[in-house]
Formats: sequence, structure tokens, C-alpha cells
Amino acid sequence: MAQTMTIHFKIWRQSGPDAKGKLVDYTLDNLNEDMSFLEALDVLNEALIHKGEEDPVEFDNDCREGICGSCGLVVGGIAHGPMKATAVCQLHMRHYKDGDTIVVEPFRAEAFPIIKDLVVDRSAFDRIIAAGGYVSVDTGGAPDANSLPVPKNDVDEAFDFATCIGCGACVASCPNASASLFTGAKIAHLAHLPQGQAERKQRVVRMVDQMQAEGFGDCSNHGECEAVCPKQISIAAIAKMRREYLRAVFG
Amino acid sequence: MTLEAHVPSGPLAEKWQHYLDKAKLVNPANKRKHEILVVGTGLAGGSAAASLAELGYRVKVFCIQDSPRRAHSIAAQGGINAAKNYPNDGDTVWRLFYDTVKGGDYRAREANVHRLAAISNQIIDQCVAQGVPFAREYGGLLDNRSFGGAQVSRTFYARGQTGQQLLLGAYQALERQVQAGGVEMFPRREMLELVVVDGAARGIVVRNLVTGELERHAGDAVLLCTGGYGNVYFLSTNAKNSNVTAAWRCHRKGAFFANPCYTQIHPTCIPVSGKYQSKLTLMSESLRNDGRVWVPGTAGDARAPGTIPQAERDYYLERRYPGFGNLVPRDVASRAAKVICDDGFGVGATGQAVYLDFADAIGRLGESRVRERYGNLFEMYERITGENPYRAPMRIYPAVHYTMGGLWVDYRLMSSIPGLFVLGEANFSDHGANRLGASALMQGLADGYFIISSTLGDYIASGGGSGEVRASEAAFDEAANAAEDRIRRMLHVDGSKTVTEFHRELGQIMWDYVGMSRNREGLLHAIDAIADLRADYWENVSVPGRKDALNKNLEFAGRVADFLELGELMARDALHREESCGAHFREEYQTPEGEALRRDDAYAYVAAWESTENAAEPVLHKEALSFEAVDLSTRSYK
Repeated sequence: MAQTMTIHFKIWRQSGPDAKGKLVDYTLDNLNEDMSFLEALDVLNEALIHKGEEDPVEFDNDCREGICGSCGLVVGGIAHGPMKATAVCQLHMRHYKDGDTIVVEPFRAEAFPIIKDLVVDRSAFDRIIAAGGYVSVDTGGAPDANSLPVPKNDVDEAFDFATCIGCGACVASCPNASASLFTGAKIAHLAHLPQGQAERKQRVVRMVDQMQAEGFGDCSNHGECEAVCPKQISIAAIAKMRREYLRAVFG
Repeated sequence: MTLEAHVPSGPLAEKWQHYLDKAKLVNPANKRKHEILVVGTGLAGGSAAASLAELGYRVKVFCIQDSPRRAHSIAAQGGINAAKNYPNDGDTVWRLFYDTVKGGDYRAREANVHRLAAISNQIIDQCVAQGVPFAREYGGLLDNRSFGGAQVSRTFYARGQTGQQLLLGAYQALERQVQAGGVEMFPRREMLELVVVDGAARGIVVRNLVTGELERHAGDAVLLCTGGYGNVYFLSTNAKNSNVTAAWRCHRKGAFFANPCYTQIHPTCIPVSGKYQSKLTLMSESLRNDGRVWVPGTAGDARAPGTIPQAERDYYLERRYPGFGNLVPRDVASRAAKVICDDGFGVGATGQAVYLDFADAIGRLGESRVRERYGNLFEMYERITGENPYRAPMRIYPAVHYTMGGLWVDYRLMSSIPGLFVLGEANFSDHGANRLGASALMQGLADGYFIISSTLGDYIASGGGSGEVRASEAAFDEAANAAEDRIRRMLHVDGSKTVTEFHRELGQIMWDYVGMSRNREGLLHAIDAIADLRADYWENVSVPGRKDALNKNLEFAGRVADFLELGELMARDALHREESCGAHFREEYQTPEGEALRRDDAYAYVAAWESTENAAEPVLHKEALSFEAVDLSTRSYK
């Protein structure tokens, strides 16, 4: 049977977008190491409901398999917590010790306004994709899938960028709250494939313009985004985005 | 009311073409006069919304998540089937059709399945053109792998993240239409009511999950693409927010619910570890290509797996089903795991697990090849269990994964309410009593990209959805009031049990009595127990917080209330179906070897249930299944 743990939480509570928020202390003495971090928060919320004095803590989550990108918490000062290549829904309590104190905060950025507690509005990401993060092919009429061979190395490289889950950890961890890794990943994915060539120039310009219009900061090569990315997307995406941008504007 | 499936005439392989030849068309200039409401943004909803907007319809799209890219299609791992026959191993449209009908244990509508197989190749073409990075060979052409229930390699894949890449393709196509002005996107909205005007679906009421406001939207047709209802079991591989509410509300408004008891229990999932568990995690079926399933040959053998000699292991799938071995279909593999664990051969702390062992594959291919094929799955396993599957075999056990049942639809994907179309997992149509691996993605995209564009046009051009409907009409008032009333009731019970506690109890009843193996006595008990739990819910549930703000607990309260009604219907459907077929295994109906005993003489039909005021008295409508092209035979994978 898994060991019982006591954990002290300091969790950001904020009742609405314009309300003043603060860290609130909670202690749970009935956790165990096999639980996921979000399951520990579930336990907290069940306890809060039973107690009836304050509302449960709101946090976005859905698949709990690290692929949908819904969850996003700054845990112990790190976006998605201390485990490398791990979204917070895949973080497990076995990485903590009995008696630990854990601070839990939302993803903070001007372009990610807080809705409530740990829930933020990341719709800016959708607008960046809408600006050009696609290949403009209507349904039907596509040629046979094998009519266009793509070297395996190209597609493997494209894939590494295409695995982005759109969680926003890159923004939350960046001192400038830049969305460059997110935006660069989509640009790099499509620029590595022959399907992405026709719109290559206009795509990068439109997406970068939209990123700036949303209020994200510029990249100044801190590399924090790459360190916290649950899909380990390389900062090479940002270099690629810059080269593509220069190529589009001056090329 | 008789169920009319509207299957076109003519030979099976020509039906879809025949339908397309005859379907009425909407003039391009007129399409923009029609507003279409799409609920859900998974593979079915995302692809439908994008393709309809491309055609010129005005499309409003709703999803419960903060972005359409989060829908649970994103978690599909293994792949998508198509009859391309690129590997030259003898695949054809016919064979894909046949495998799917057989895999579904002859409880699917033949014409729908053939259409699905015929469309499969177009889906791959479309996705490749969008830039979906499918796995490729060194020569640059697409790679395939094999999946359960087939003897050819027809599964296209993108590492272990095929669903993610396909969904992002559809999502990007959708965002392109948002930019172009054809789609208006409404994230963080939950559909709480369908609005029916003059017998046709003409609108929806959604709750804005941020402000709590009930919003009304009128349209000429409603497309329900809201996925399956596996979360009725509480623990499943579904995302936490996956739910039946939108579909159930349509059911209560008159849409028939078909074959609710057909639920897929997936054989390879990470076993339950403790009572606080919130969900289960799937390990892709593709792992059975190279992993071998076994248990110790002696019950209760507690030695470490690596120390048990080959001769003392029971590779029970290979022993019982030498023809397909570890690649038998999901229902067969799951039941075999349950039987062997019930007999005391299970492993791990709970005895509710079997080994999935890669030692032979690592020896044959080398660790790096295995890592290339399954690396992300192995990492996920290690992250959750803390054990390294390269060193020791995985422990796996079946878990609820997919629901073949859903709202009844005709060949045009239209429900029993005119103007309400149902796509993807939310409908019942193509998988019969058991879905084969890599077929869900195929169906979602077939429905969304290639079928609805024609069938919706046919409906509109035939006069469906005509005449203006305003969101101020009485039917909208009535629907909004009903939704408001339910919310108010839930907030006012002020009882002592949480929503999750009720959900967990319901899930336990469902798993114990309406799970992998069912019997009359257990089902009768479940029906009573669910009714009692539902009564208790409305007396004793505690839902804190307000209705005019973000309140996830309130969202869940509404979903669990609907699961408490659905659960009873599932048990009633399972009780009435006195045969074993696919995922529905009735203990009273089995062969001496313990295999499913189907009863085609009495049960070769779709059970479509009509809701009445009294939950105990749903009305059964039957759509007879006639098989013109295949012979109903006993499914054998031996």
C-alpha cells in the first residue's frame, strides 16, 4: 500500500478577472505517492465542498494524459512543476516528500488574463493559429497521399514541432511572456513539409504579427520555454521562425 | 413510429455513389443564407464545421473546452485505418468493410460500414494535404502497421499521437474558416437543451461557462458531435469533461438512443492503483503488435516476472486464439483478461492485471527500434507507474474506452428528430457491438469531412430548416427555462454528498453489473440501484458556488444527473438483449468454450429507445439489420 503523505499547499485564489487574488494555505494529510498532482487537488476540492466554507479551487484540466494541453499550473515556481517533459496532469506525488510545501499559481501573462483562481484565458493562441497556422486546402480533391514522397528525416523533424499541445507553459515561464516557442513550433512544422511551401512567406508574417498584436513579449533567448515544454519542443523553432520571417520580408 | 434508415437502393458498393448522384444540392449563393450549429470540436465536429464553412454555410461552433483543439479525439494514440493497400498485402475496400462488420459482430448497418470503408482512402489524402505528419518509410512513402481484428497492415499512424495530429489538422482547417469569417467560434459553452420548432431541430441553449449566462442560438440544422458516454463508469480512458449531456438532452427531446449497452472495454490500460484515482490511461492497442500478453501458469505465483521461466508462463491469447494471437479484437482480448484474472492468475498488488511483455521484441529488434515505435507510450507508462517497461513487462488491465451505442441516425446521419444530425462517436452507426482499433478516427473524419457535406445539403435543399426562427420564440423560452430550472434545483439541494461521490458510486454499479460481463440478476439489481441513487442525488447532493460564474462543480453536477438517467437505460438495454455479441457479453449466452453466443434469429436488430416521462418505461423501436452482402457467421479468431 502506498505511503500516506501530508502536503502543505499555498494556492492562488482569485474570485474573478478583476478581483484581487492571494495565496491561501491548505494542508492535506491523506495523500499518497501514487496519486497524480491533479488528483491531490481533487482531494482538496472534495474536502472544501464537505467543509462548505469556501468554493472549490478552479483549474482547467481534461485528458489527464498530457496531450490535450488544458492543464497548466505553475507548481513550485515552475510551469507544469519540477518534472522534465511532463505536463502537470502527469506529475505524480511520488516526486514529493511527506511534509513538503507546494506553491500553486496560474500561468501568468498579460495575454493570458485570469478568469478565476488558476484558470486563464489562452484564446490568443487560437487567434495566432487562425492568422495562418494551416495549409489552405479545402476538403476533397487532394491528390493520392503517396503521390508526394517526403523524406523521412523531414517528416520526423516536422513532427517534433507538431507535437505542441498549446498549453502555454512557454509563455508562463518566459520573463518576457513571449509566445515565440508556440508560434515558432507551428511555423517550423509546416515549413519542413512540402505541403507548407505555398503559403510559407505569408504564414510567418501573419502569425508573428498576430503574436505581437496579442500582447506577448519578444524573445530574448532565455530558453526557459524549452526547459518547461512538456513536449520538449526545441528552441530551434524560434530560430527557424526568425529565419523564415527574414526570408519572407527581405528574401 | 417506424424507423426508416433511408438506405439507398442498388448493390452495396454503389449505394453511396447512387445517393450522391441523386442528392439535392444547395445553390452556392444560397448556402450563405443557412446557419448551421455544430456542437463539439473533435474529429467529427471540427472537420464538419471546417468543410461546411468551406462550402459557404454560416457555421456557429460550440465546445466546452477553452479551445476547440482540446477535444478528446486528441488523445487517440494508435492510428487510422484506410484501404489503400500500399503494403501490397491484399487489402481492399471490401476487406476493410468486411473486417469492420465482422469485428462489430454483425450488429452494424451494412450500408454505412461499406460507405465508411469506401471513404477511408480520401481521408488519408485529405490529411496528408493538410500537412499531417504521418509516419513514413525511408523512401518517403507512408508507413502502415497492423491492428487488432485484421490480417493486413492498413493502419496509418503518427507515432503514438495519431489523434493529436489528425485533430490539429481539423482544428487548423477550422481556424482557417474562423479567419475567413465562415465560422463563429464559441468556446467554453455547454449545450444544455435542444430547441425543436414544428418537429425540427432549430436551435440550442448553451451555458456560457465563464459567465453562467444561458445563451440561445437559432439555426437551420444542429450537428451534434459530442463524443461518447464512457464516463458513466466514472473511471474510463475518456477525458474528465467528456459527457453525455448534450446527447441525453436531445434524447429527452425525442431523439432515439440506440444500443446504449454496447460499450467498449479496451484491453490494454494501466490498472487502477487506488481509490482516489480520477481516470484511467490507455496504452495503445498498437503495443500488441510487438508485446506478448501472459500470466504465470500457476495461480498466485508472486515471483518477479523476469524470473519466471518461459515454460511456466501462459501466453493465453496465443494459446486460445492461435490464428490472431495477441491481435484478437478488443472485446475478445478484454474478456480473456477478465476470465484469467477472475480465475486467480492475475498479477500485481490487486491481482487485476496481466503482463504485456516486450522482452522478445527488444531482443528481436533492439531497444532503439522499440523506442522509435512506442517511445512516448513507454514514457507515459513509466511516468504513471514509476516502472520502466524496457526492463520489466507492463501490467495492464481492461478499462472503459469507447461507446459504440449513441443516438440513432439514418443513412444520412440524421436522428429521429429532423434537422438534428449526429456525427462521430455520438451516433451509433458504424461499429456494431464492438469497434476495431483505428476505426474511430476513420469514422469521425468520414462523417465530418465527406458525408455531412452532402447529406446536410440534401436536407436543406429538400426544404429542411426553411422559414425563419427567432431565438425569442416560445420554444426557446421553454428550453431555456428547463435548463435554468435544473441548475437552480441542483444548487438548492444543499445536501451532504459531493457530485464526485455520487459519480463514483454510479460508476461502481455500472462496472460491476453493466461491465465486461452481464447477467439478468445483476442487471435487475443495477436498475434498482441506479434508480435509488438518482433519487438520493436530488435529495442529498451538495453543489457549492454560484450559477453566474465559472463553476466546474456545477457543470459536473448536471452531467452526473444525466449519467444517472443514462445508466439505467444502458442496464435496461443490456437486460433486454438476451444474447452475447461483441462487447455485450451475457453470461447466460455462451458456448461451452466460453465464447459469445450470438442469437441472430431474435436479435439482429438495432435497439433504438424512445424516452418517456417515466425512466422505467422507455419504448423500444427496432431497426432490423438485413445483410445482403455478407453471411452472418460465428466470429472466430482461432
